[in-house]
Amino acid sequence: MQLTQRAKSVDRHPLTWLESIYLWNILKGMAITLRHMFMKKATIQYPEQQRTFSKVFRGLHVLNRDEAGRENCTACGLCAVACPAEAITMEAAERQPGEEHLYREEKYAAKYEINMLRCIFCGLCEEACPKDAIYLSQTFAPANYARKGFIYSKDELLIPHPINEREAYVKALGDRQPPHSTTHTN
Amino acid sequence: MNQYLIAMDSWYILEKLILIGALIGLSFFIAMYTTLAERKIAGWMQDRMGPNRAGPFGIFQPLADGGKLFFKEEITPTSSNRFLFLLGPALAMIVALITSTVIPWGASYVGETRTVALQVADVDMGILIVFGIVSVGVYGIMIGGWASNNKFSLLAAIRGASQMVSYELPMGLSLIAVLFMTGSLKMSAMVEYQMQHGWNVLYQPLGFLIFFVCALAECNRTPFDLPEAENELNFGYHQEYSSMKLGFYLFAEYINMFVSSAVMATLFFGGYDIPFFDEAAWQGSALVLSALTFAVMMAKVSFFLFLFIWIRWTIPRFRYDQLMNLGWKKLIPLALINMLISAALLLFLNK
Repeated sequence: MQLTQRAKSVDRHPLTWLESIYLWNILKGMAITLRHMFMKKATIQYPEQQRTFSKVFRGLHVLNRDEAGRENCTACGLCAVACPAEAITMEAAERQPGEEHLYREEKYAAKYEINMLRCIFCGLCEEACPKDAIYLSQTFAPANYARKGFIYSKDELLIPHPINEREAYVKALGDRQPPHSTTHTN
Repeated sequence: MNQYLIAMDSWYILEKLILIGALIGLSFFIAMYTTLAERKIAGWMQDRMGPNRAGPFGIFQPLADGGKLFFKEEITPTSSNRFLFLLGPALAMIVALITSTVIPWGASYVGETRTVALQVADVDMGILIVFGIVSVGVYGIMIGGWASNNKFSLLAAIRGASQMVSYELPMGLSLIAVLFMTGSLKMSAMVEYQMQHGWNVLYQPLGFLIFFVCALAECNRTPFDLPEAENELNFGYHQEYSSMKLGFYLFAEYINMFVSSAVMATLFFGGYDIPFFDEAAWQGSALVLSALTFAVMMAKVSFFLFLFIWIRWTIPRFRYDQLMNLGWKKLIPLALINMLISAALLLFLNK
């Protein structure tokens, strides 16, 4: 039965005398290794060089602020509902008078946690959010010693303040557009 | 007159002591950097970079490796013979270092008052000394394997000893053809012969090939590294060794490589002879000539070291029966035929 066109019958003839001193085949092998010596190396020198992420890479979550530095999230819970891994929990709270510079709308997330061990980085939370409050950045969760270290709380997720910590904010934003210029089409 | 002789002698002793010190230092230095070259070249041949973190281009990597070996815990198995357990690596190291004494490393420096040979001992039977001492190297392996009191180590040691004994035979036979031509066992005389008549490798290509293959086997280098077949037959005769004792075994192997490269360069590639150049016609300072010839010798040695490494990262090791077949059924007859043909040709041409 012939399974494939590329099948080759194994040559089992006893070695001829010349083959039995291995010399020719060893020389052929050495030519191959010498050629490889001068080939381009695939190595990326990690801490100095870093592999660039794709534009659509989905990494660690970021909770967004608007241009005045107010939190976008209204704790509506749509992300938690959308999440297939059930990684997101939150507790809502009402904005008190005098807190208008902190939260954009009357309701906000007092507690917002994502369990990075559960998260599958599918990005459905980003799609579900009506307030443009959560998106997936181009970094990944660093290693940790304990499981509880992977449960990211709000202060770890929140993007730096765009006015007070401008530099860190721009860095965290990465390739993405600032939140006020994005328009929702879908 | 008497006083003058004594004065001369003390200078002579001092000169030799310096030379010995330099030679040991050189052997260690070359062996250290051969380990780096080995890892670098292995990397390049496998499309990797090789070590490049310790200093620029990884030049401090050998120091880091050595430091690591020194600081590791040293374990002596309770059931081992302590004295022999220590003697094994010591013997391997001593034997590896002694061999380099009879090799001429460069043209003698001819000063106004005295000439300084770049060779510790120009013995009349130079090459035989090399062979004699190298064959003692088997004891380093045998004693190490035996003293470990471990059946696997012992088996590996026996494997190694039988390999070295088998390959010494064709090595010696291929050498005889060279001795026919040079007519002397003295290493310096061999180099001088090659300066006048051209390198031996031109007249003895087959002899060189056999010698080279046997040198690979004597140094326990791939494809003949069965004594320490680390991934399929345990770690070999140094299975029970740790820390710097293991380091000595591994280091001795690299020094052996260095010395056997030097021996091959001397026997077949003209030693310190500068190719296409007549050293006798040199007009400049004698010191420069000595340095130049030494550099040429080192270049030849480096080439052989590269060849050793290149072969190691190209081919896998032989099976035991392949090893024995190649040694006894292929190389010995070839070496014998080579010897007979050379003898016949020399006789014919002389008449």
